[in-house]
Amino acid sequence: MKILVPVKRVVDYNVKIRVKPDQTGVDLANVKMSMNPFCEIAIEEAVRLQEAGTATEVVVVSVGPTQAQETIRTALAMGADRGILVQTDDEMEPLGLAKILKGVVEEEKPDMVILGKQAIDGDNNQTGQMLAALLGWSQGTFASEISLDGDSLNVTREIDGGLQTIKLAMPAIVTADLRLNEPRYASLPNIMKAKKKPIDEKTVADYSADAAPRLEIVKVTEPPVREAGIVVESVNELVDKLKNEAGVI
Amino acid sequence: MNTLLIAEHNNQNLSESTVKSATAAAQMGGELHVLVAGAGCAGVADEAAKLDGVAKVLLADDAQYEKHLAEPMSALVVGLADGYATIATPASTNGKNFMPRIAALLDCSQISDVTAVLDANTFERPIYAGNAIQTVRVSEAKKAVTIRPTAFAAAALTGSAGVDAIGASDNPGVSEFVSEELTKSDRPELTGAKVVVSGGRGMQSGENFPMLEKIADKLGAAVGASRAAVDAGFVPNDYQVGQTGKVVAPELYIAVGISGAIQHLAGMKDSKVIVAINKDEEAPIFQVADYGLVADLFTAVPELEEELGKVGL
Ligand SMILES: Cc1cc2nc3c(=O)[nH]c(=O)nc-3n(C[C@H](O)[C@H](O)[C@H](O)COP(=O)(O)OP(=O)(O)OC[C@H]3O[C@@H](n4cnc5c(N)ncnc54)[C@H](O)[C@@H]3O)c2cc1C
Repeated sequence: MKILVPVKRVVDYNVKIRVKPDQTGVDLANVKMSMNPFCEIAIEEAVRLQEAGTATEVVVVSVGPTQAQETIRTALAMGADRGILVQTDDEMEPLGLAKILKGVVEEEKPDMVILGKQAIDGDNNQTGQMLAALLGWSQGTFASEISLDGDSLNVTREIDGGLQTIKLAMPAIVTADLRLNEPRYASLPNIMKAKKKPIDEKTVADYSADAAPRLEIVKVTEPPVREAGIVVESVNELVDKLKNEAGVI
Repeated sequence: MNTLLIAEHNNQNLSESTVKSATAAAQMGGELHVLVAGAGCAGVADEAAKLDGVAKVLLADDAQYEKHLAEPMSALVVGLADGYATIATPASTNGKNFMPRIAALLDCSQISDVTAVLDANTFERPIYAGNAIQTVRVSEAKKAVTIRPTAFAAAALTGSAGVDAIGASDNPGVSEFVSEELTKSDRPELTGAKVVVSGGRGMQSGENFPMLEKIADKLGAAVGASRAAVDAGFVPNDYQVGQTGKVVAPELYIAVGISGAIQHLAGMKDSKVIVAINKDEEAPIFQVADYGLVADLFTAVPELEEELGKVGL
């Protein structure tokens, strides 16, 4: 079984981002970038399936700027076999991205695609589901556990009320939630080995996909700031404030 | 052109998130129709018919819709999409699952987690864990929208729309429900609760959560948690509040032993009043707290229970 894992380069989750004063977006200059944490979980799952002998090849793809090479290298150091960079400097929207990924799937013919459930920059939570739709495949989103069962895939999903298990026909799309696994840190020897693994370079034009942006970003602004509160000295004072000042109990 | 709101429900009751989302959907242009798809869910359709601003309820009652699996849900909605400029649903785990599939099948964009409707085509939504607010305009003939219910007031239940039964569509047949493990609780549902008491890694173990539950029961509150508390297995996954868990905006949010990472703040910083109990006075949670108490939670929480008792709770 072959697994394809799309990954995204995003602002590191520890960075406190700043909105640009001209309200055109978020300031990304000199900001630490990393692999989207949910994509790390997706890679880890694919690599574990390979280590278990279930998967035969793990291919990682990123659609993004030249620097996304580093993100692909990180995935290769975690154990993926080879990479594909679809180079573009344009900001991708989920639908356009899903169309490009559909092209990659048609070329690579994987049996399963594992993605992160959302990227922590745009917080859209759309790409995996859209890719499943375009391919006509089944989808197991927000996965906290997956297991192969003959020709089908059982996916346990994190849902609002708890956990749900569904059975999917293959090929299938899986999107990873936080508790699917704990991603490994790449070891130094594996980082060295990853440098020799191949990364194919492609452009958006290589896939006949209409990926042009469709949405107009009118502006990006700071969220409203909360007014500074007070420090209370005792539990007694806290209860008094909640009852007599805030009126919430 | 009209708006179709896909209702969130458990086949018995319409969710509070749908009642709130109806307020947002009513601002998205044209007549507002509500789709209730499920199994044995006629009662839900009757409830939806009472939502203020709703012109018509469509009821698709068929076994394949019972669990709202993405594949049959999207096949159904795509078949209904003619005549609607906007297809909306609450940003619950169900909506987040099926809506992008619907959007892609219709070749239209989706705007996720809308927190304000500026006009029928222009929306606000949080990005970067709520550290920036994006205003986005769509000029396509069709669009999909998921609504963040906590950003909208509940619609009044004064309407009396008609209910039209509609047929099921062909089930794509690639997915099937196996089982579910739902967290049982007599407390209010987390996203709709007026008071939320959440515990973090500082709670040290699941055995200490009953301490918070006692406070919750005095306040009629739901119990939530940080990711660290869920990852450590103190409480089930559906307790997680944050960027990638549930978003809450209660009247009162009490964070106990939670540091206040941006990913957690993303899920609770729109609460009206925030209380933080943490032994580290430098903890970032204090920057958003209206009332901060620097204390060891293992003495402060039992004391809180006692003090609440003194004021008759
Ligand atoms: C992709 C991604 C998504 C994430 N999504 C979420 C999300 O949705 N929700 C979320 O919550 N997090 C999320 N996180 C995790 C987040 O970054 C933090 O790691 C997490 O919120 C920390 O939880 P915590 O505050 O309980 O733990 P800690 O940061 O370890 O804080 C524990 C706090 O308890 C205090 N404490 C300890 N003992 C006591 C005591 N006896 N009395 C009083 N105080 C005490 C400490 O002073 C400390 O401030 C996400 C992270 C990533 C990378």
